[in-house]
Amino acid sequence: MHNPIPPKERMKIHRQLMPEQPPLERARNFVEVNRGLDVALAQEEARRCLTCKTQHCFSACPVGVQVRDFIDLVVAGDYLGAAAKIREDNVLPAVTGRVCPQEKQCEGSCILSARGESVAIGYLERFVADYERSVGKVGLPARAPLTGKKVAVVGSGPAGLSCAGDLVLKGHDVTVLEALHEIGGVLVYGIPEFRLPKQIVRDEVENLRLMGVEFRTNVVVGRTVTVDELLGEEGYHAVFVATGAGLPMFLNIPGEHLCGVYSANEFLTRVNLMKANEFPAYDNPIYDCRGKDVAVFGAGNTAMDAVRTSLRLGAKCASIVYRRSEKEMPARAEEVHHAKDEGVQFQMLTNPLEFLGDEKGWLTGVRLQRMELGAPDKSGRRSPVAIEGSEHVLPIHVAIIAIGNKGNPLVQSTTPDLATTRNGYIVADAEKLKTSKPGVFAGGDIVTGGATVILAMGAGRKAAKAIHEYLQSGIW
Amino acid sequence: MFLIVEARFLAPDVKLLRVQAPLIARKRKAGQFVILRVHDHGERIPLTIADSDPVAGTITIVVQGVGKTTKMLNLKSAGDSICDVVGPLGLPSHVEKFGTVVVIGGGLGTAIAYPTAKAFRQADNHVISIIGGRNRQFVILEEEVRAISNELFVTTDDGSYAEKGFVTDQLAALIAAGRKLDLVLAIGPIPMMRAVAEVTRPHGIKTVVSLNPIMVDGTGMCGGCRVIVGGKPQFACVDGPEFDAHQVDFQILIQRNAMYRDMERKALDQLLQPPAPAVSAGKDAQCPDGDPCRFVEKVPELAGVWKTGA
Ligand SMILES: Cc1cc2nc3c(=O)[nH]c(=O)nc-3n(C[C@H](O)[C@H](O)[C@H](O)COP(=O)(O)OP(=O)(O)OC[C@H]3O[C@@H](n4cnc5c(N)ncnc54)[C@H](O)[C@@H]3O)c2cc1C
Ligand code: FES
Repeated sequence: MHNPIPPKERMKIHRQLMPEQPPLERARNFVEVNRGLDVALAQEEARRCLTCKTQHCFSACPVGVQVRDFIDLVVAGDYLGAAAKIREDNVLPAVTGRVCPQEKQCEGSCILSARGESVAIGYLERFVADYERSVGKVGLPARAPLTGKKVAVVGSGPAGLSCAGDLVLKGHDVTVLEALHEIGGVLVYGIPEFRLPKQIVRDEVENLRLMGVEFRTNVVVGRTVTVDELLGEEGYHAVFVATGAGLPMFLNIPGEHLCGVYSANEFLTRVNLMKANEFPAYDNPIYDCRGKDVAVFGAGNTAMDAVRTSLRLGAKCASIVYRRSEKEMPARAEEVHHAKDEGVQFQMLTNPLEFLGDEKGWLTGVRLQRMELGAPDKSGRRSPVAIEGSEHVLPIHVAIIAIGNKGNPLVQSTTPDLATTRNGYIVADAEKLKTSKPGVFAGGDIVTGGATVILAMGAGRKAAKAIHEYLQSGIW
Repeated sequence: MFLIVEARFLAPDVKLLRVQAPLIARKRKAGQFVILRVHDHGERIPLTIADSDPVAGTITIVVQGVGKTTKMLNLKSAGDSICDVVGPLGLPSHVEKFGTVVVIGGGLGTAIAYPTAKAFRQADNHVISIIGGRNRQFVILEEEVRAISNELFVTTDDGSYAEKGFVTDQLAALIAAGRKLDLVLAIGPIPMMRAVAEVTRPHGIKTVVSLNPIMVDGTGMCGGCRVIVGGKPQFACVDGPEFDAHQVDFQILIQRNAMYRDMERKALDQLLQPPAPAVSAGKDAQCPDGDPCRFVEKVPELAGVWKTGA
């Protein structure tokens, strides 16, 4: 280990702050909020690591990134070595360094977190990944001799991309089929530019292309071609289904059809994928939010992204409306903190009952009801119950529903022998990600329901391993 | 990139485009649509597939130039291409032997109804087609429709051609004459489809319409295409586009389709304006490298429009 500072001294160093754009300035632009650590800050932060023997950070990472070892390489000043170390287990470090819920994973389990200041592992991961990108020396691993086996990957989100990357290295012929006109899944249509610059995703996709992955956009599996055709006349030996959880749920309350009511998916897609924020230079429009009041329902990452996007589109007042309390908000801690700094209003323990509109069908407000936490249920969770007589109307022009997604059914409904759960997700075993249909594997949000980038990536890697074994042995 | 192999006007501002898209051509069934993006800064819009030729690997779409995107499509000629085309999307028309089927096409709707009418005929139905337009120029595909119909009625609103009146008048006349009608399929402007639904409702004649809400992805991912059918939201891109006309809330559809009207007008005005230096290389510089479907490179093509002062 390279750290010259004695452990006791290390504990005296405070966690470095992430340099960021000033809140009120950034709330009006789409440039990335976090600016990233510079070398000096990264060095200082890396030296805080206690290089514990029991690496809780490693165990808490869904893909087992060797955190301690990569941080040690940072201390040694070998940033490319650190990046390579991460890449052994995580093919998208520039992405996960920005979007992982570190406080629930590596950082949450860091010994130092007991004292409130865990090592900023996410910041460091981002630092080395950005360093690697900036010097243009991404160490692309070598490809094994070609096997002549063809694999189709359906969906180009993190699950599909990581699976494709691993398989192509094993020498297989990999084609990624994507319904949209751009590659990246949620990374391009969901997560906004100010949190994850699209150039990063494009670079990673380009790396995969250089490694030999073939990408085909505008192909909707289930419509343009079916899974059976892929395995049949199209000549693929295996299929990995990674179609994500892309079917938005609505509140099912009156008035949801009004103009101005969006699903978060639509709102974010219009901006991220279609660049509606640059209308009319781009053709796709979006509600002109300038000077308007916006409410977002839900409190996950998607909700935070939507509400902060609305601010950047010029909203006068942007609120999060959530039926539970702040403690239960599923979003990453940093997103909540950023949203607050930018002036987002938080209405906790509040439930929407009805959207109100004018005679032309435009949204004018929402009728809300206050909630309080009831007695704990069997699982110990306190469900919100309505407070009688607390109904009131909040005038709004735009409502964005961000209460979650279900599995997109297009593949399942056109592949009769693919077993699904009650909620429409594909059934796949946890280790090998095999589905009920020979030759077909599935992973990511389409199996787990809406989860995280890192879990989807982990699933892609596991699937790649299992698919490789299957292609070699021919045994299902 | 999707190559256009044929392009011709069927009526003023209504253009037929035959596009090379072998995967879609092979799969497509009557009633399905594609979503396309004309250029790299373009929006995604749905268009029904009017016909397909699996052997030649082409699909046919018919476009009425109303907004920027459709106007730009109408400026395309054979040899040009379209940036993205994805499909076939939506559920195919439900085709079986119903007996006597009336297929109604209003204006551009004729092109959309045509493939399903053809499929009805192939399924051994007695097909009565009623096609209409504002005036003579907007009666399209008459010969094609005649060829696959057992009976054909043509109307124009102003009487400049064939029967004067609306398509609904012909439908009402058939009902009044005591003809037994087993199914009505109506495709055209929303007010026309709503009017058809009201004509058949009292007689309990099963009626199907094809809806055209605003769409983005076309795969069920955004919910922007939701329509209210039987009081419940349905995603037209995956649950439709065809629905029971007697259950559709047409008013809400009209309202939702008007959502971006002001912006659509702005985009169109900008397209039709003489080229200002504003369409600059600056914006262009942000495009992905070397994609030939960029708007800026299409500007010369627009010169014709500006000259004619359209
Ligand atoms: C707005 C938003 C913010 C988020 N923020 C975070 C965050 O900060 N941190 C985090 O860890 N996670 C976050 N998540 C969750 C995370 O993005 C997902 O868990 C992850 O992307 C799932 O990856 P996936 O590969 O399974 O699917 P997806 O990323 O959903 O990709 C699926 C792809 O498949 C394509 N597809 C679907 N059906 C078909 C078909 N029939 N044929 C062809 N292609 C098809 C889709 O178009 C899509 O491109 C966020 C999600 C959203 C929506
Ligand atoms: S167009 Fe997005 S769900 Fe139908």
